[in-house]
Amino acid sequence: MSSIPRFWRSIRSRYNLIGKKCLTCGKVYFPPRTICPNCRRKGKLTDYKLKGEGKILTFTVIHVAPEDFKRQAPYIMAIVKLDEGPKITTQIVNCKLEEIHIGMRVRAVFRRIKEDGSSGIIHYGYKFEPCKA
Amino acid sequence: MKIGIVGYGVYIPKYRIKVEEIARVWGGNAEVIKRSLKISEKAVPDFDEDTATIAVEAARNAVKYAGINAKDIGAIYVGSESHPYAVKPTGTIVAEAIGATPELTVADYEFACKAGTAAIQTCMGLVKAGLIGYGLAIGADTAQGAPGDPLEYTAAAGGAAYIIGKKEIIGEIEGTYSYTTDTPDFWRREGEAYPRHGGRFTGVPAYFKHIYNASIGLMQKLGLEPNDFDKVVFHQPNGKFPREIAKKLGFNPEQYEEGIIVDKIGNTYSGSSLLGLARVLDTASPGERILITSFGSGAGSDSFSILVKKEIERKRGDTPTVEEYISSREYIDYAIYAKLKKKIKV
Amino acid sequence: MEKVAVIGIGLTKFGELWESSFSQLFVEAGTKAIEDAGIDGKDIDAIFVGNMSGGRFIEQEHISSLIADYAGLTPLPSTRVEAACASGGLAIRHGIMGILSGFYDIVVVGGVEKMTDVLTERTTQILATAAEQEWEANLGMTFPGLYAMMARRHMHKYGTTREQLAMVSVKNHRNAVHNPYAQFRFEISVDKVLNSPMVADPLRLLDCSPISDGAACIILASKEKAKEFVDNPIYIIGSGQASSSISLHGREKLTVMDSTVNAAREAYKRAKIEPKQIKVAEVHDCFTIAEILAIEGLGFFKVGEGGKATEEGETEIGGKVSVNTSGGLKAKGHPVGATGVAQAVEITLQLRGEAEKRQVDADFGLSHNVGGSGGTAVVHIFSK
Repeated sequence: MSSIPRFWRSIRSRYNLIGKKCLTCGKVYFPPRTICPNCRRKGKLTDYKLKGEGKILTFTVIHVAPEDFKRQAPYIMAIVKLDEGPKITTQIVNCKLEEIHIGMRVRAVFRRIKEDGSSGIIHYGYKFEPCKA
Repeated sequence: MKIGIVGYGVYIPKYRIKVEEIARVWGGNAEVIKRSLKISEKAVPDFDEDTATIAVEAARNAVKYAGINAKDIGAIYVGSESHPYAVKPTGTIVAEAIGATPELTVADYEFACKAGTAAIQTCMGLVKAGLIGYGLAIGADTAQGAPGDPLEYTAAAGGAAYIIGKKEIIGEIEGTYSYTTDTPDFWRREGEAYPRHGGRFTGVPAYFKHIYNASIGLMQKLGLEPNDFDKVVFHQPNGKFPREIAKKLGFNPEQYEEGIIVDKIGNTYSGSSLLGLARVLDTASPGERILITSFGSGAGSDSFSILVKKEIERKRGDTPTVEEYISSREYIDYAIYAKLKKKIKV
Repeated sequence: MEKVAVIGIGLTKFGELWESSFSQLFVEAGTKAIEDAGIDGKDIDAIFVGNMSGGRFIEQEHISSLIADYAGLTPLPSTRVEAACASGGLAIRHGIMGILSGFYDIVVVGGVEKMTDVLTERTTQILATAAEQEWEANLGMTFPGLYAMMARRHMHKYGTTREQLAMVSVKNHRNAVHNPYAQFRFEISVDKVLNSPMVADPLRLLDCSPISDGAACIILASKEKAKEFVDNPIYIIGSGQASSSISLHGREKLTVMDSTVNAAREAYKRAKIEPKQIKVAEVHDCFTIAEILAIEGLGFFKVGEGGKATEEGETEIGGKVSVNTSGGLKAKGHPVGATGVAQAVEITLQLRGEAEKRQVDADFGLSHNVGGSGGTAVVHIFSK
């Protein structure tokens, strides 16, 4: 059974791409951090909502999936560089396996990520889909 | 004080399965079914979509359309027959996902296909009483039809969200009237995977009786007649029923055809009449008057008269329309459909 | 840095070892190492053991105590070191630090992993704990998926080809034919790799190191103490360790493993040698692309040219630098915690001249061990 408090703590970030911005150096971070690696104690981190748009830096198609994602294979996973700077790991949906390519512009959608079996908590969060032309 | 729709948003998943494909598996006669139900295909959710994700996408579109700060929403009600949890509201997931938390009230509604319009009425009351500035009412479903049952041809997925308020309204709600009785036409017991229904009993004593009485009641209450309306929208379990009740009430095709979308996306249950209304609003002109009457099995109908305002021309254009969602589609076969709808026992 | 002697080595076979338990594996490797060193239990001052996940594979934590207990070596100080797949290499570094600090004269450094007691799907999920749980694994990412993304970017940026990746596997399998401890001792072809089932595009089954059980052990001694037991020990003359973001998306570059570059820099500096002096190296080829990134990051070849170098045979036995003469993680096997130590065993054998048909003529050797997708890297440099 996965941890309820741990899952709950990151809900805002997973639902709304709430990261952090360091007021000292201006760098934007997602996932959110507790300390700015750049400035460390001189940094001042504040909540920052990312727009949810970016481009694909690299991707893979997962064929051999972990237990929780077995029934969805094959699925596309990618590293997306968000327009504000941070890179995130995410699943790409609404995209044919033949269409995915490096440089493709994508935007965030709200989807079910996984569930704790049929009687456990459902985890929702971000996935990304190709931006329409 | 005028209360009305400040903004709205919809979401329809992209997969479609055709009547022919379902008929192929269960030995149905596709041509007969298409003719009698006046439906050709229905929307199917992706493996990772459900009522909550559909409600969130529709709500996000609604907030964008309305041009308001989500934190100003004082109430959210999500109506559905397919809430992801039996206990734990869909509404809080939506509230968090649009950034409306924590100063608001939330609850989930169930009244078969009219839970969404019940949510609108509740929001109207709270706004009128001055208890909230804006209320968000959502009707969304990922409906299940038992394999091989006639309902399987129509049970679809989709949703619509409406923000009710007093400021910058695009459609004034001139009035609402409801007609409710205890009528067991269609139901699902706790723990059962699929609903059951009374066959032909779902027609005259259920759908037709309640929509008829609610619509007549509304018109009488507001002193209006059929030709006072430019467009009418009814709950659409198939393509036949809404056309039949519209004619019975005295409306003509120019008034009712535009709001019928069931033939292309199926019956989205709690989203059904609200998606039909959205389709009409997408192209409505200021000054037009729209009648919408929902129907929920169990049974009841909520009827509304909506007067389109000038604001609609300023606000529309930045969010996807119903037509856009209808036309972004991808066909799947029964095997994929069964997998996505989790009908296959694992 | 002051050099530390390797006076004994020992290894179990790597593979699906159904009959052997976790402790049996460690004791077997440790006993061989002690015999090889010609020491007695009473000569040992401390134990360091690398193990990634006893907790999830066999539901056992407190490995340090378990090992000391079953090795019959209590009450010696025993420490379990963990850095995902770099656990073994990191255990060596701690053994070295224990000796150079003057605390200990002789230490046992081992690595052990028992991976086959759970179903493969569970193993995949456990290995993914080396990645960031919250923002990588829990969203559907797998370990092969991370390396697959690095491979795709490397192919996009430098034109590395699918065939060049396959050639890494082909070479390592060929080398393992001569390694009696290897899990797979048969040759494969580029075709076979390219037609094996897809795991995470573009990586296929034969691009990926296997799931293995196994243990390895080396005995380290201060250079003075070593003289009592061994005439010409092999020495560790350099050690480097570096950390990087745990997640792949947190790295500056997706095609350069900065932890490898930084760990190597420290190791070369301490050893006072240059990359081109290394003639034999055991690098972390958990996936074929990992070997390419390693030989670039360690300074053997320019960034972007690792694929070409492999294709041109520069990393074969007898090439510019013989890489993974043991068969690497791919063919020798990858019992996670044991790998870093097994690499040290191979380099020691090579420098001793005991590698038989895999023998390379070298004065300096290097071992390179990586944790996760590059969150940790540990490099050691050996000399005669």
